[in-house]
Amino acid sequence: MALTIAAIPWGVMAILLPLVGALACFLSPRRANPLGLVTAFGVVACVAGLAWQVVAQGTQRYAIGGWGAPLGIDVYADGLSVLMLMATAVVGLGISVYSNSYFKRDKAVNFWPLWLFLWSALNALFLSADIFNLYVTLELLGLAAVALVALAGGADALTGAMRYLLVSLLGSLAYLLGVALLYHSFGCLDIALLAERMEPSPAVLAAVGLMSAGLLLKTALFPLHFWLPPAHASAPAPVSALLSALVVKASFYILLRLWLEVFPVTAAALGQLLGLLGAAAVLWGGLQALRQTRLKMLIAYSTVAQLGYLFLAFPLGSTIAWQGTLYLLLSHALAKAAMFMAAGNVLRFGGHDRIVDLDRVAQRLPLTVTAFALAGVSIMGLPPSGGFIAKWLLLEAAMLSGQWWWMIILILGGLLAAAYVFKVIGYAFTRAVMTHEARAVPATMEWAALALALAAILLGLVAPWPLALMEIGLPFGGEAAG
Amino acid sequence: MSPPSLYALVGIGLFTLGLYALIVHTHLLRKILAINVMGSGVFLVLVALAARAREAAPDPVPHAMVITGIVVAVSATALALALMVRVRAETGRAELPEKRPE
Amino acid sequence: MKKTMNLKPMTEGGKIRTPLRLLLIVLLSALAAGLGYAVSTLSSQAPGLSEWVAANLESSGVSNPVTAVLLNFRGYDTVLEMGVLLVALLGVWSLGGIPEQRESSAGPVLDMLSRLLVPVLILVAGYLLWAGADAPGGAFQAGSVLGAAGVLLLLAGWRPEPRFAGLPLRIILTMGLGLFVVMGIVSMLMGGRLLQYPRSFAGVLILLIEAAATLSIGMTLAALFRGSRPGAKLDR
Repeated sequence: MALTIAAIPWGVMAILLPLVGALACFLSPRRANPLGLVTAFGVVACVAGLAWQVVAQGTQRYAIGGWGAPLGIDVYADGLSVLMLMATAVVGLGISVYSNSYFKRDKAVNFWPLWLFLWSALNALFLSADIFNLYVTLELLGLAAVALVALAGGADALTGAMRYLLVSLLGSLAYLLGVALLYHSFGCLDIALLAERMEPSPAVLAAVGLMSAGLLLKTALFPLHFWLPPAHASAPAPVSALLSALVVKASFYILLRLWLEVFPVTAAALGQLLGLLGAAAVLWGGLQALRQTRLKMLIAYSTVAQLGYLFLAFPLGSTIAWQGTLYLLLSHALAKAAMFMAAGNVLRFGGHDRIVDLDRVAQRLPLTVTAFALAGVSIMGLPPSGGFIAKWLLLEAAMLSGQWWWMIILILGGLLAAAYVFKVIGYAFTRAVMTHEARAVPATMEWAALALALAAILLGLVAPWPLALMEIGLPFGGEAAG
Repeated sequence: MSPPSLYALVGIGLFTLGLYALIVHTHLLRKILAINVMGSGVFLVLVALAARAREAAPDPVPHAMVITGIVVAVSATALALALMVRVRAETGRAELPEKRPE
Repeated sequence: MKKTMNLKPMTEGGKIRTPLRLLLIVLLSALAAGLGYAVSTLSSQAPGLSEWVAANLESSGVSNPVTAVLLNFRGYDTVLEMGVLLVALLGVWSLGGIPEQRESSAGPVLDMLSRLLVPVLILVAGYLLWAGADAPGGAFQAGSVLGAAGVLLLLAGWRPEPRFAGLPLRIILTMGLGLFVVMGIVSMLMGGRLLQYPRSFAGVLILLIEAAATLSIGMTLAALFRGSRPGAKLDR
């Protein structure tokens, strides 16, 4: 049977390949580093194949086991999932390259299987079309993430990981109870079928509430964000990068899918509440970031703030707003990963990440500072960057729908971001006496950070293409009115 | 009230009790146990309502979901317990430190 | 420089203050009432997917509907779930191990009982695995019993020999997931979908996968109980 390139189920390969890689790294720890890198490149290739397939042939639905919904589990790829997969692939590749140099032998042995399992969970999550399957992928994701946070050792990382684990389990259980209610109301687990059979009822309302609460907890929306800064700041740098860039976005993606496809009626009603909480997150996260003395905590609070922007689209509801949100998802993933990697370089160099003492390390690491600055440009929303396009789209949506108060939030958030980014960069330009305990930072680590930051900027220059990709399968279709 | 509904209500009760215990208690072991109780509640809801299918045989899909869920819960509990032991070894207490808005 | 706000701390010596506790109880009672009401509005008869399962049971290769769902119709969930087990073990191992308690030798009761029970448990596990095709049972049930046997052994003081604690142990741990993935890939190469078993072999394949999974699950559970990587020195 001739297997043409077009016929290979690239999506399924993108899920299986990291699994196989993780098993290989576990079985052969001595070769974990090269095996992990090879797997990373392989996964990027699979995702590229899937993207090509979706662009050429439209949305892809793949029935695992041949059974098809509602009996079996379907894997579904549309523009949205492909974009998330691509962001994961790019950031994942960067993190893999970075981690190759970051971890010493004994930590690397533990890191690679866990990271590849996490990657597999992410890919499986973005492609899943079954709400119970989403629960299993969420759990796989959560456990792998917690284990990765705890890799750093030390009291901060361990307590951060413990808190993260408890929060993650709570969120998953709330989500699962929602799944139970939905299944017992409609007798199926497939998202498309649920959307067809959906009728408002008390059980559905309860399910919406439970699933949203659980997923919002996992996405760290204010005021449920308390677990995020300790966990993201105390983890090893590449782990912080993948947590802030990818893992928190996964639960947001599920929330998006559910609200847009399964529960569209309720989305409009609760939109203002989510927007309000998002605004609070933007302001609170920005203010807290300004108060931090440690670089990684500052970046973690920046994540809290940026995640708040994602929820501004719910009250706005128009296609432009969703496009802005998605663009923010992508550019934040790249920029935040670059920032955490830069922080990791700083930490490696000087042994600490105190912001006031940054001037002693920054001038010896020009690539790292450039990476941080470029990433900061995207976070602030300055042109030309992905963040700018995202903010622009959101501002336009706010203006068009007449809800001008969100524009104020966007502008204030940008100002706060500028403040904390410049707080860091400012120290980079002051001259200071060199310390003598500096350790060399491997070039790959610096280049990986710079590459991702450049990608965030690049995202601002190639805007039409990702936006066109989002249109495929368009879950935000014409019915989304302000 | 039919037996399925009754068991499902018990499941909801377990879920809520577990949630209360999770929030209120400070010792990590109690929090982990609370999560387990919540999990049992959710599983009970799943399985209880599956009995509505037919007299002879209940709906097998929720049963499979619960088996999967139990395995996941066991794995998570194992990781949580190991983490708790390490937290206690590092900080001397099996509790999460008070959260300072730092 | 820090702005201080005059709010009473939420926790006092670690415990939550009483008024907050009462508020919590009220809120949670409301939640329970709401959820209970939602559950009570569900119709009293609902077939769910049981009719779909019954219709396709014959082509699944087994006659126990739960096993059919777990290993065939929704086998993909099972693959991921075995990944979850393995990830938990990886996490526990990467934590560096549990401080070894001062081991006292197993008393006579534990010693005798473990010698009596462990072979029985292994037999029961084998039976459950075999019976899973037609009656309640299957890989996870058998794996749990096997894990219990492992826990009993560990409690009685048994430790694996060093030469089995390296690669052989890791192979057994990954056997279940590995075989499942291999089976899935093979089914794709043979022209079908992922995890689409050929109808005639489905029963045999499921049994094979379950056997590997039983061993993996049992070993994983025992290793989780042990807590530290065999042969690893505790880093304190």
